[in-house]
This record gives sequence, C-alpha cells and structure tokens, in this order.
Amino acid sequence: MAIALVLVLIVVGSVLFHFLSPWWWTPIASNWDYIDHTITISFWITGVVFSAVVLFMAYCVFRFRHREGNRAVYEPENKRLESWLTIVTAIGVTALLVPGLFVWSRFVNVPSDATEIEVVAQQWQWSYRLPGKDGKLGTSDTREVTAENPLGIAPKDPNGQDDVVVEAADLHLPVDKPVKMLLRSIDVLHDFYIPEFRAKMDMIPGSVTYFWFTPTRTGTFQVLCAELCGQGHPLMHGMVMVDTEQDYLAWLGQQQTFAQLSAPQQTGSANPLPGNTMASALDVAAKVETVEAR
Amino acid sequence: MVDVTPADAVPPAEVGEMELYHPHSWWTKYVFSQDAKVIAIQYSATATAIGLVALVLSWLMRLQLGFPGTFDFITPEAYYQFITMHGMIMVIYLLTALFLGGFGNYLIPLMVGARDMVFPYVNMLSYWVYLLAVLVLVSSFFAPGGPTGAGWTLYPPQAIMTGTPGGNDWGIILMLSSLILFIIGFTMGGLNYVVTVLQGRTRGMTLMRLPLTVWGIFTATVMALLAFPALFVACVMMLLDRLLGTSFFMPAIVEMGQQLQHSGGSPILFQHLFWFFGHPEVYIVALPAFGIVSDLISTHARKNIFGYRMMVWAIIAIGALSFVVWAHHMYVSGMHPYFGFFFATTTLIIAVPTAIKVYNWVLTLWRGDIHLSIPMLFALAFIVTFVNGGLTGLFLGNVVVDVPLSDTMFVVAHFHMVMGVAPILVIFGAIYHWYPKVTGRMLDETLGQFHFWVTFLGAYLIFFPMHYIGLIGVPRRYAELTDMTIMTESAHHLNSFISIIAFLVGFAQMVFLFNLIWSIRHGREAGGNPWRATTLEWQTPQTPPAHGNFGKELPIVYRWAYDYSVPGAKEDFIPQNVPGDFRPTREPA
Ligand code: HEM
Ligand SMILES: [Cu+2]
Ligand SMILES: [Cu+2]
Repeated sequence: MAIALVLVLIVVGSVLFHFLSPWWWTPIASNWDYIDHTITISFWITGVVFSAVVLFMAYCVFRFRHREGNRAVYEPENKRLESWLTIVTAIGVTALLVPGLFVWSRFVNVPSDATEIEVVAQQWQWSYRLPGKDGKLGTSDTREVTAENPLGIAPKDPNGQDDVVVEAADLHLPVDKPVKMLLRSIDVLHDFYIPEFRAKMDMIPGSVTYFWFTPTRTGTFQVLCAELCGQGHPLMHGMVMVDTEQDYLAWLGQQQTFAQLSAPQQTGSANPLPGNTMASALDVAAKVETVEAR
Repeated sequence: MVDVTPADAVPPAEVGEMELYHPHSWWTKYVFSQDAKVIAIQYSATATAIGLVALVLSWLMRLQLGFPGTFDFITPEAYYQFITMHGMIMVIYLLTALFLGGFGNYLIPLMVGARDMVFPYVNMLSYWVYLLAVLVLVSSFFAPGGPTGAGWTLYPPQAIMTGTPGGNDWGIILMLSSLILFIIGFTMGGLNYVVTVLQGRTRGMTLMRLPLTVWGIFTATVMALLAFPALFVACVMMLLDRLLGTSFFMPAIVEMGQQLQHSGGSPILFQHLFWFFGHPEVYIVALPAFGIVSDLISTHARKNIFGYRMMVWAIIAIGALSFVVWAHHMYVSGMHPYFGFFFATTTLIIAVPTAIKVYNWVLTLWRGDIHLSIPMLFALAFIVTFVNGGLTGLFLGNVVVDVPLSDTMFVVAHFHMVMGVAPILVIFGAIYHWYPKVTGRMLDETLGQFHFWVTFLGAYLIFFPMHYIGLIGVPRRYAELTDMTIMTESAHHLNSFISIIAFLVGFAQMVFLFNLIWSIRHGREAGGNPWRATTLEWQTPQTPPAHGNFGKELPIVYRWAYDYSVPGAKEDFIPQNVPGDFRPTREPA
C-alpha cells in the first residue's frame, strides 16, 4: 500500500511546497501584473486538476488493490462519462485561454504614447539608443557597424545624428512612462529579459523586434540574456535603473549623441573642440523636452 | 456496442504467406540480422549505451549548477557542450531510437501476428545507419574543438559561429551529419513499421483490435516520417551555410568587430523548420509511451482499457494536431505577435484529447483488480509525472504566460517532467514487463523495487522544485549562476539539493543495469505468459520467440486485446487468439 500513501504525500507535499517555499517570482516592477494574475489562475486550475487526478488514483490503488478472489469489473466504455469529462476539460481549458489571449492582445498592442528606445545586443553586451530632439530614431544597418559606429546607425540619415548612444553601459528609464523597447542584434540571437518586468523578447540579427511596458517603481534591475548566444551567454548581464523624472533627466544630460561620438573622427581626434560638452548639454535639454512631449 | 461472432470477424486468408528470410551463419543470425527481434535488441543496446553518456553529462551539468565555481574543468564552453549533447542524445538517439527502433521492432510483428517486418533487409540497414549516426556523434567528442555547444536546438547564427564551441570547428558539422544519417536510418525503419502495421496483420487482426501499444508506435512513426524531413532540410541548409558560405539562415552579421560575408538569410526560418519537426518529436516520444502504458495498466489491473475507441481517436487527434502547434516554442522568438493567438489556441485544444487519455487510464484503475507489480508501479508513476508536466504545459502554451517563463528553468523542469521522466518511466515499466518475453526470465523484484522508488521519487524531487527556480526568473542554459541579483542564497541551496538527488537517481540506474545483466542468467524462469496477458506476443509457442515468431501456423485473432475479467469466463483473461466461447465480449464494433 506504500504507493497509495506516497501518491497522497506527493499531492500534500507539492501543495505545501507551493505555498510555503521561499522561491517565488520577484516583486513586480512593471504594468504586467496582468501576467502574474494569469499565472495565478493557471496555478489554481492546474493545481486542482493535479490533486484530483492523483488523489483519485491513490484511492483506486487503495480500494481496488488485488486481494484473493477479487475480480475486475468488465466495462469497455461509458459514453456519458466520457462526454461529460470532455466538456468539463474544454471549459477548464477555455478558462485558461481566454484571459491569456486578452492579456496577450494588450502585450502586443503598444500604446501610442510609448517612447521608443532601442536595445542593441552583441556578444556579450548591451547597448542602447534613445531618440534625439526630433523624437525619431535614425535608420540602422548591420553593414554600417564599425569601431566608431558600434550600433550601425546610418551616417547619412539626418534623424540619426541626434540619437543618444549608450554604449555598453546602464540604461535609465523614467518611472511610470510607457516605453517600447525596439530590439536589435548585430551578431546572434539574444533575448532582452528583466525578471522584474516580466517581459522578454528575442533579438534577431537583421530584424527589429519589440515589446512594451511601463516601469512602475524606481530601482535597479538586472538585465539577463535569455537566449543562448555563445559561451558568454550566462554573463551577459546589464543594468536598468528606473529613475524619478529628475534623476532621469540628469542622467540623460550626461549622454552623448551619435553626432558627437562620430565628431572626433571628422575633426581629428587630437584636439576635441572646446565647448563640446556644453553643446551636448544644450542638445540634451532640448531632447528631453521632446521625450516628455510624447 | 455490437456483438460480433468470431466467424464474421475473421476473414479467410487471401494471399499465401510470404517467404521468410533465413540466416545461414552466425554473422547473419546475430550481427547482420534481418530478424526484427535481433534488430530491436541491437537498437536498444546502442540507445542505452549512448543514453548512459547523456546521463553522465547530466551529472556534470548538475555539478556545475549545484556547486558553482567548485569544478574548474566545467568551463562555460564545456557546459554548453554538455547540455547540447545531453539534450540531443536523450531526445533523438535514446528516446526516439528506443521507442521506435527498439520497442517498435520487437513488438509490432509480434503484436500484429506477423512473422517479421515486411522489408527485413531495409530494416537491418536502418540499424546500421543508426549505429553510424551514433558513431559520428560520439566522434565529435574527440574532434578538434570538441562537440557543438549550440544547445540541442542548434539555432543559427550562433551554431556556426566562433563564439559557440564547435561552431567554427568540427563540432557542428559532425552534429548535423549525424542527424542527417539518423533521419536516413530512421526512414528505412519507419517505412517498415508503417507498412507492417497496415499490411502485415494476421487474419482477424482488424485495426480496431490492435493493442494500443501498436497504435501508439504506429502513429508516432507516421508522424516521424512527416516531421523529420523538416529537420533534414534544415540540417542540409545549415551545413551549406557553414561549409559553402551560403546564407539560408545567415543575415548580415558583425562578429567580434568583423563583417561576415553572409547576408539576406533568415535565422527565424530555421526555428520554424526545427520546431515543425521538434514539436511532433515530443509526441513521437510520447505516443508510444501512451500506447505502452495503456497496455501495462490494463494487463496489471486485469481490466480492459477504458474507452478503447476514444483512446485510439485521441492518439490520432493528438498526432494530427501536433503539426499545427509548433510555433508555441517561438512565442518570444520575435515572430509576428499575431501568430501567438493562433498557436495558443491550437496548443490548448490539444490538451483536451490528452486529458481524455489521462482520464481513461485512471478510470481503467477504477474497479479493477490492481496488481502492484513493478510495471504497474512505473505506470502509476508515469501518470503522476505526465499529469504534472502536461499541466505546466498549459502555462507555457498560453502565450502570455510563456513570456516571463520561456527560456527559464521552468521550461527545463516542464519538459523533463513530460518528455524526459514520464516516457522513461514507461520505458522502465515496459522493460520489466517484456523482459520475460525477450529473455525467458523475470527481472529481480527486490532490485526492481529499489530502482522504482529511487527513480520515481528522485525524479519528482529533482524536477518539481526546479519549476520554482524558473518562476524566480533564472534563465535556462546558464553555466554561471553567480552575480545574479535574483539568485538568492536559498535558491543556491535548492540547486545543491537537486544535484545531490540527481546523483542518487543516476546511481539507481546502475542498479537497474546490473539487474538487466544479472537476470539474463539468474532471473526466475518466466514461462510463456507470466503476466497472464491477452496480446499475441505472449501466445508464442517458444519463449523467447523463435525466428518467424509463431511456429507453423500464424495465430488467428478473434477478439480485441482487452478481454480481461470477462464475466462468465473461467480465467480473468482471454487471449486474442482464443475463439469467442465466452459471450458477450462487448468489444467496440
Ligand atoms: C536524472 C535525469 C536528468 C537530469 C539530472 C537532467 C539534467 C539536465 C540539465 C541540468 C540540463 C541543462 C539545463 C540548463 O542549464 O538549461 C538539461 C537539459 C536538457 N535535458 Fe536533461 N536531465 C535528465 C534527463 C533527461 C531526459 C530523460 C531527457 C529526455 C527528453 C532530457 C532532455 C534534456 C533536454 C532536451 C535538455 C535541453 C538541452 C538544451 O538546453 O539544449 N534530460 N538536463
Ligand atoms: Cu545574449
Ligand atoms: Cu545569451
């Protein structure tokens, strides 16, 4: 009878583990608590089914175990029972699917006021690009990538000149502002994933993928790469700081634009223009206005 | 339900029996054998041998995950080589080969009442090509640069680039070549299994009288014949990209500051091809397990399988539906997001026939006469792990829930439960069940009990908590778990615990291997039909069955495979080849 007992213990143990263990999702930092709710619904429905099936099995094993003189009942099918079970299952599955699809349609439809921010992955680091004062990101092409232009921003595209480039450093985001992350890779597949934001998406060389979210609390969050990208994959970490509006603007003020970054090359890197920093600060202030305006 | 009289049910023989090939020497009898039973053993032994390699690799990975930083020789490169070889071996070279090449070869001819497969020579070739595929795979361990570390999904571009172990060396080339060989070998065997089921059945063996084992293996084989070609072309195209510099899967790429020559290819095309194969592959492994476990439960609960017709249709429905769900592996791949609606819906629909199968297994237990033999224990354990893994599949199939969970340890836990542990438990149950037929002796019961308890409880303890590590957000395929803010101290402890259990479970497999070898000579004599089962393989005149399986006359089938505990019958089972004295056999019409 050990097996019947063990089956019961498995159910009890799994349920206790679920509720008591310290291992649970990280405190959420984005608007995607919808996803957490869907997971909770899934845990309830599947948990009930799992317990019911395994406990029923345990009962059967206990009640109908072989004893001398026992004989099984001959019962090839039972149409009513079978249709009934099919219908109940279909209802359970619908209860999982429908809320899931609703949340998915939110997930894929980006609100119009979301700011576009580009993430560029390469083995094994993260870089970012924010639109300049024109509010537009310039076009890009992997073929344009050079040491001076690591993100492959099209040099001829005027929209790209004022783009803010954050190369292999941390990204800052203002709290409570929806952002659309445009995801790009210049070498292999990567995946931009921040557990606290619940969202992730692969990046594919040659395409631009996206997801959107609204950071809902300030803090520092670790970026993890979630798609195998070679031997550096597990160490491809990054940082995203969600700031108050003020802190964010201060950070943005220190960043450089594409034009500034490529400037030394055109003018000769030996004597950078004085006043360069000054100009960039002014630039950025203007940019911030556009970011805010949108 | 219609009663059929035996006379109606058995058509007269229409054609004479085919000439059977007879071996002339030791070599053609035991090595280059055309007898499906010998081929089955060759397949099983090879699959087990390579499976042991995969098992050892899993220990090495668990060493790294459980005790990070302790073992210097497990570099990230090595770790990725381990997971890749472990995953690929387990899925393809162990499970697929064992279920179809091993169980398929042994059981199909015996269960349908045939003397052998219909194309014995091609069947033999199938094994030798499979062996070659395994050897090519193994050779990559010794090649310069070692085996590929691209993950078992082999996603380009990284699979053929320098940042990935074996990407710019021999590793990936040998892997792709080995897969191509495997598919060629499988196709030869697969055609045999299908044609034998369709054309080789003995008189009276209608399709609706086939044991579910045969239905499972048959449907899985049809699926494999349709799914493997997608992998085949994907492998060929990637080989061309790697060797001839074509760009099927390769867009413009800058690798470590260098512009590569490729341009215009689509990495995501590979993913579609891979998963068009890869998802059916899950069921290629699962359906034979479904079939076999149905027969184990029915035999050891002395009760007909509940809802046989539903079970058959569920197998067919699952087989068909599994070709339209592949992109649920790609929800976060960057494919068009609207695909998510379609694939989430198809994926959750599949849950319905799958659930029906589960209900019918447990309803077979209801009012049965349950003998808690080792095969039955494994069958019960299968239901637990399969239900568990199937239910977490509802999380991952439900597109938006997959967003946080995909590519985390939750996925690793899910697929190990549902396509790793569950089918393997069935394989163990099946081995305890049919070993007496293959060798004439029983496996040792005490060792079997030990093997069962450690394997079942151990596997559950490994993979159940692992879901929660994934829930925290820990990605899969992480060779280093250091410097991660979400990895708490306690999560590291949990990982160490999982690793220790993994070693125990591995040890229990050694005990099982010992049992397999020891019992060949020392096991209790089994007799022809130790489980008092109804299906034809238990009715052979000799045990182990001789060449040609059934002596002079092929059996004639009068009833379905599940006449257990028929009211009024003297015994609690009536073999399929016993004429219908005991009415009513309410077999499905
Ligand atoms: C006790 C037995 C087993 C243990 C301890 C084990 C352990 C592991 C571990 C640690 C990983 C790597 C996880 C990661 O870092 O992402 C892994 C991956 C994998 N395992 Fe297992 N495994 C076992 C049995 C199996 C079986 C029976 C199968 C058959 C389906 C299987 C199939 C796979 C696959 C497909 C992967 C993914 C490889 C990849 O990510 O490319 N494993 N396993
Ligand atoms: Cu990456
Ligand atoms: Cu990565």
